[in-house]
Amino acid sequence: MSDLHFKTITELAAMLAAGETTSVAITQAVIDRTAAVDDKVKAFLSSDADDALAQAKASDERRAAGKAIGPLDGIPIGIKDTLAVKDQPLRCASKMLENYVSPFDATCIVKLREAGAVIWGRLNMDEFAMGSSTENSAYHTTCNPWDLETIPGGSSGGSAAAMAAGEAIATLGTDTGGSIRQPAALCGVVGMKPTYGLISRYGLVAFASSLDQVGPFARTVEDAALLMQAMLGKDPLDSTSIEQPEAPDYAAALKEKKGPWKLGVPAEFFGEGIDPEVKANIEKAIDWYKSQGCEIVNISLPHSELAVPVYYIVATAEASSNLARFDGVRYTHRSEESKDAMTLFTKSRGEGFGDEVKRRIILGTYVLSSGYYDAYYLRAQKVRRLILSDFEKAFEQVDAILTPTSPTPAFKRGERADDPLAMYLSDIYTISVNLAGLPAISIPSGFTESGLPIGLQVIGKAFGEADMFAVANAFEKAHDYAQQTPKL
Amino acid sequence: MSETPHIDIDYVANLARLDLSEEEKAKLGSQLDDILGYFDKLNTVDVEGVEPMAHAHKVFNVWREGDEPGETYAPEVLTKMAPEHRDNQVVVPKVVE
Amino acid sequence: MNYEAVIGLEIHVQVKTRTKMFTAAPYEYGAAPNTLTDAVVLGLPGTLPVLNHAAIEKCAKLGLMLGCEIAEECKWDRKNYFYPDSPKNYQLTQNEQPLCIGGKVEIELPGPSRNVEGEHRWVILNRIHLEEDPGKLTHEAFETVIDFNRAGVPLAEIVTEPDMSSSTEAVAFLNCLRNIIIYAGISDCDMEKGQMRCDANVSIRPVGSDKLGTRTEMKNLNSMSNVKASIEYEIQRQTEILEDGGNITQETRRWDVDKGISFSLRSKEEAHDYRYFPDPDLMPVQMDRARVAELEAELPERPLDKQRRYQKDLELPFTITSVLCQDRELSEFFEAALETHNAPKAIANYITNDLLRELSAVSEHGESAHSVSQSKLTPAHIGTLAKIIDEGVISKQIGKEVFTEMFATGDMPDVIVEKKGLEQSNDTGEIEALCREAIAGNAKAVGQYKEGNEKALNALKGPVMKATKGKANPAMLDELLKKLIDEG
Repeated sequence: MSDLHFKTITELAAMLAAGETTSVAITQAVIDRTAAVDDKVKAFLSSDADDALAQAKASDERRAAGKAIGPLDGIPIGIKDTLAVKDQPLRCASKMLENYVSPFDATCIVKLREAGAVIWGRLNMDEFAMGSSTENSAYHTTCNPWDLETIPGGSSGGSAAAMAAGEAIATLGTDTGGSIRQPAALCGVVGMKPTYGLISRYGLVAFASSLDQVGPFARTVEDAALLMQAMLGKDPLDSTSIEQPEAPDYAAALKEKKGPWKLGVPAEFFGEGIDPEVKANIEKAIDWYKSQGCEIVNISLPHSELAVPVYYIVATAEASSNLARFDGVRYTHRSEESKDAMTLFTKSRGEGFGDEVKRRIILGTYVLSSGYYDAYYLRAQKVRRLILSDFEKAFEQVDAILTPTSPTPAFKRGERADDPLAMYLSDIYTISVNLAGLPAISIPSGFTESGLPIGLQVIGKAFGEADMFAVANAFEKAHDYAQQTPKL
Repeated sequence: MSETPHIDIDYVANLARLDLSEEEKAKLGSQLDDILGYFDKLNTVDVEGVEPMAHAHKVFNVWREGDEPGETYAPEVLTKMAPEHRDNQVVVPKVVE
Repeated sequence: MNYEAVIGLEIHVQVKTRTKMFTAAPYEYGAAPNTLTDAVVLGLPGTLPVLNHAAIEKCAKLGLMLGCEIAEECKWDRKNYFYPDSPKNYQLTQNEQPLCIGGKVEIELPGPSRNVEGEHRWVILNRIHLEEDPGKLTHEAFETVIDFNRAGVPLAEIVTEPDMSSSTEAVAFLNCLRNIIIYAGISDCDMEKGQMRCDANVSIRPVGSDKLGTRTEMKNLNSMSNVKASIEYEIQRQTEILEDGGNITQETRRWDVDKGISFSLRSKEEAHDYRYFPDPDLMPVQMDRARVAELEAELPERPLDKQRRYQKDLELPFTITSVLCQDRELSEFFEAALETHNAPKAIANYITNDLLRELSAVSEHGESAHSVSQSKLTPAHIGTLAKIIDEGVISKQIGKEVFTEMFATGDMPDVIVEKKGLEQSNDTGEIEALCREAIAGNAKAVGQYKEGNEKALNALKGPVMKATKGKANPAMLDELLKKLIDEG
């Protein structure tokens, strides 16, 4: 491929270093590509080409002065609309924040800027990251570039679709229950959710604080590792970010760690509800690892079937409180029917939030309310620990765990819109990873007969990203799925 | 929780300060009853003696030392984003407790 | 039937840290509206709280001053309720595991008259926890305006057991509590500035009953006189209801300062359902026992302990100790002066009479109230003054003059005495001559003295003192006169 917009960060970094291209050229390629395809894909909510080109120009000047920073310098990276970028809209795809502009950068954005990256555009998502199809955006639905009739997954659907369509070199998403990995799988790109606490959440508009993590979408595992390397680290502004005793070096790990590994396969992830094509595809991937000398260990995660109810209790409870600040007072939509403090709140919130957000706020409020706390929230927190214990036991035997990312490939728009429970089950393989706080990556593992991408999920130990990347990288390097692009 | 609960949507909507139409209430009510029914699964497991998990990692004493003042916003940062303001204060309809 | 009241108080005290509870924005009373905010204070999307360690230390110190047990571990909960002054519409507080547990405060009730010490007793505390202050609402004719400067200031909430039985006890408790808190440097407790605020829970029951009656909660009492008046009003109101055969409704009431009555805000049925749950953004705190011991060792003496010590060890009367111990600065000034000259009674008198009189005279004439630290006097001034009087360098009478002079100029007393030539005259020759003159000129007084009236001697001393401008050593003069009359 000669198109700059479909190249990897690694390829472009080499070209930039060799003086074969410029950041302005790459950024312009991405801008042009977006202009050409985004009326079909609709990955972006807004974008500011002038701002991106100004950053690209600064990068080229830095490079000309011999002060290039590293592999991300000059690379345009698309940003999910739930991450704060200074002086850019931060709407979380909601009417509630229609006119809100963030006065500060998220910590992950600060770190990307420090690495020289070009911050590019606002990517569509399910409103406040609540959904699995990006149909819950208050602005428009994003289409899956592999089949425009299907959804791109969600909630980071815009970030995944933009990658698949070549509208950015890499993008950032957020993952609370699978919101990076599921759309990555459905759009045929790499998507990674780090260990909870590895990347600062400061500037990520909270959905469920104990589960949310920022993570990258990329064309390759290597690119994802580069982005992670730039963004990770303890942040004094996020008390839940974790100081690691030793700074990881993912590039070195990808070079040095070649396996073979002991890989766990949990029976619970191949049972009821899985699409036969997905199942066959993942089994084939597992066979490939076996063929490379990896030991495949049948493991059990017995509480994983409880992950969905635990998740929807914990996440909605936290969300009901996190979203209370959107109230019509300081910076959100304010209803014209606000007559007193009560209607200011109820009308502004009733008008500002979409259906799914309302549904989750009501559910979360209910499970915390007087008389129900012990039965729902407290119990869910206890079962959450059992889910973590399952993983801890499994990781005594294996280096990583292999599962499908999503039980099905991309589904048609509107198919699950009126059945929230069916929609919630889309995340059945990703949710338990968030509950346990573990890292996981989804990599392309092939296509269905009708040409829709399928994703393989590699789950790592807590802060075991280096091994997880290495396992995923081995598969990716032996297959060409990641190099395929949709026809638009 | 052993019997499928029925959500008191008016009470909960009031707590959440959400204005819902009658139609929304009816639809949400039945959807949420389904979801709560699905949550009954949680009763199949024994959680006796299990410590609730509020955070992904067990870490203590994360704080800011020194009590040194940091930067503040000019009032314009707030007034620029506020739906209504006067004399650098945010204006809301009269609050009567 | 006779009823007795049962009163419990909840006191919110602003903890005097330089920065806010969960962010580094500073706080000071009286700043221009919305000048002490940042992204965290305003609850902007993407912000996260970070605990201010200074608030923990100060609250632990407060707990130790009040005899609380300092928890091994405390954590943070969200208290969810909507109010326009609350930027997140939840308050970070400690519901389940407060920092300080139990505790008791020694109080001194008013005596039968001002000069007589009243009874002491202990009021039992339930707990002290930390939380964040909301912003400030100002109600105008048709609208309410919000200033978020105060939002996020650390508040220590001190909760008593229902352990008081009258408004007098409640006020005595608040006064003693305030003294302790100011002593410990936790807060200035200025009720007018909102640094100390009080809610009162009041119930009544037949005298001798051990069952608690239905209580009402009076909100936001912002002066001692409001506390007193509202409790008295409430006891009266409840008594009248019971005497008329009615029942007390459990409710929250608001005290109307202007009308001197209270009215119902909401009944128990409408009570808030706060949906407390552990805050996922803040990590729990483990109190290091060695640090707690260190804090305990640094505690100042409690005011009433000091008063007891002054009365017992220094034999000072209540009229003086009650003044000295009210104010930590004053008592420390006193103790420092003792190091120059160990004469507790004389020094205490200079401080509580002369010094306070001069200070209040300055305050009346000047713009600002004068405190000891603002005056030109140091403890050494007072100590030296007492010393030179005891050494016979000057008389007590001259001492008054020296005091006034040193208060005005800040010169040391010995310097003033020398400069003004105020030293006592010990010149026997000159004084003897003057004495002979006096005896010769007042035969009547000499006769009276000879008849046994010692006081008659004063009539002879007068002219001698006058002639020496008060510098004659009174003891010497006394001795000389007697000797001369006896000889004569």
